[in-house]
Amino acid sequence: MSAQPGDWPDRLFETLKRGGIRQVAYVPDAGHARLIDRCRADDEIRDVALTTEEEGVALAAGAWLGGDRAALLMQSSGVGNCINMLSLARACRFPLLMLITMRGEWEEFNPWQVPMGSITDPVLELCEAEIFRVLEPSEVAGIAQRAVQYVFGQERIAAVILSQQLIGKKVWTK
Amino acid sequence: MTLERRAAMATLLAERGDDLLVVPGLGSTTWDAAAVGDNDRNFYLWGAMGGAAMIGLGLAIAQPSRRVAVITGDGEMLMGLGALATIGTQCPPNLAIIVFDNGVYGETGMQPSHTQAGVDLLGVAGACGIASRLDVRDEDRLEDLARQLKNLRETLFARVQIAAAEPPRVLPTRDGVALKERFRASIGVKP
Ligand SMILES: Cc1ncc(C[n+]2csc(CCOP(=O)(O)OP(=O)(O)O)c2C)c(N)n1
Ligand SMILES: [Mg+2]
Repeated sequence: MSAQPGDWPDRLFETLKRGGIRQVAYVPDAGHARLIDRCRADDEIRDVALTTEEEGVALAAGAWLGGDRAALLMQSSGVGNCINMLSLARACRFPLLMLITMRGEWEEFNPWQVPMGSITDPVLELCEAEIFRVLEPSEVAGIAQRAVQYVFGQERIAAVILSQQLIGKKVWTK
Repeated sequence: MTLERRAAMATLLAERGDDLLVVPGLGSTTWDAAAVGDNDRNFYLWGAMGGAAMIGLGLAIAQPSRRVAVITGDGEMLMGLGALATIGTQCPPNLAIIVFDNGVYGETGMQPSHTQAGVDLLGVAGACGIASRLDVRDEDRLEDLARQLKNLRETLFARVQIAAAEPPRVLPTRDGVALKERFRASIGVKP
């Protein structure tokens, strides 16, 4: 079967696997639902559901101290929950791979997503994260792969930003 | 009855063994750990308030054949209470969370913390599904805790009631990159 545009979460999953990611932490997000399911079903990946995203920044640091590679999945509002904890990654140069689904930027129905969505990129830049933005399904694998290389090769912070255009509109009326 | 913090730390880390990895919380518990003897397998925190327990969790998952002790303050633990819920769902058998509870934010001038007002961290840990818990109020229980730590078989949460005193600061290096590198090198993690 050929790849479908909606399969991009599978490309992310494959990239995480190829990159040797052993711990995947997340606060659930609709845009990450399929990737979370894949990680939960995988025997080699320890999936860690968090109560708040900043826990994942600390978890990833501990994982690296012990030799594991971790990834942190969140939606853009979660970036705001992480700001001070990102000091840990910055002060100690812990590798940190964040996969962030955007809200509040493209045909957003919920205005409460806009305040954080509109400052997600600059906040991440101020926190010394390299931004890898994905607009098209066909770019997902390549860009995510570059981010993995950047993070673990150089012990740096990267945010793979999955744009709302890529994810599609959230369905509000069922 | 309350315990003296430096003596309590010394008891917990006496003959610690090569397989014990220690994550002290920012401030006082970091000074305590440094005071009882610097060790490459201490990952001292100078910040990241609320993150100590989660660093311990990531480390415990990554290093299942070693024991991990997070030893932190009540204020630091309170900032990351959600971590206890997360740890309750994971329960790595090699993780101990030990809270030095003096009922105050000692490092910032002894302001009362929520535990002084009755917030019960042992109760929170229990409600989060951490079955093995120890309330340490005297030397005997502290010895119990030290024994359980040596023989860690399931996620353990302990509250150690310590006096609200401020022994002289003993400062380890502040260089986070150096702390990280020496820690990883000491347990043989590849670059
Ligand atoms: C996010 C954040 N808020 C506030 C502080 C200031 N601060 C430094 S240590 C500390 C807490 C100390 O309390 P506790 O963990 O109980 O340790 P103790 O000194 O009492 O042993 C606080 C609030 C900080 N470093 N970071
Ligand atoms: Mg305190």
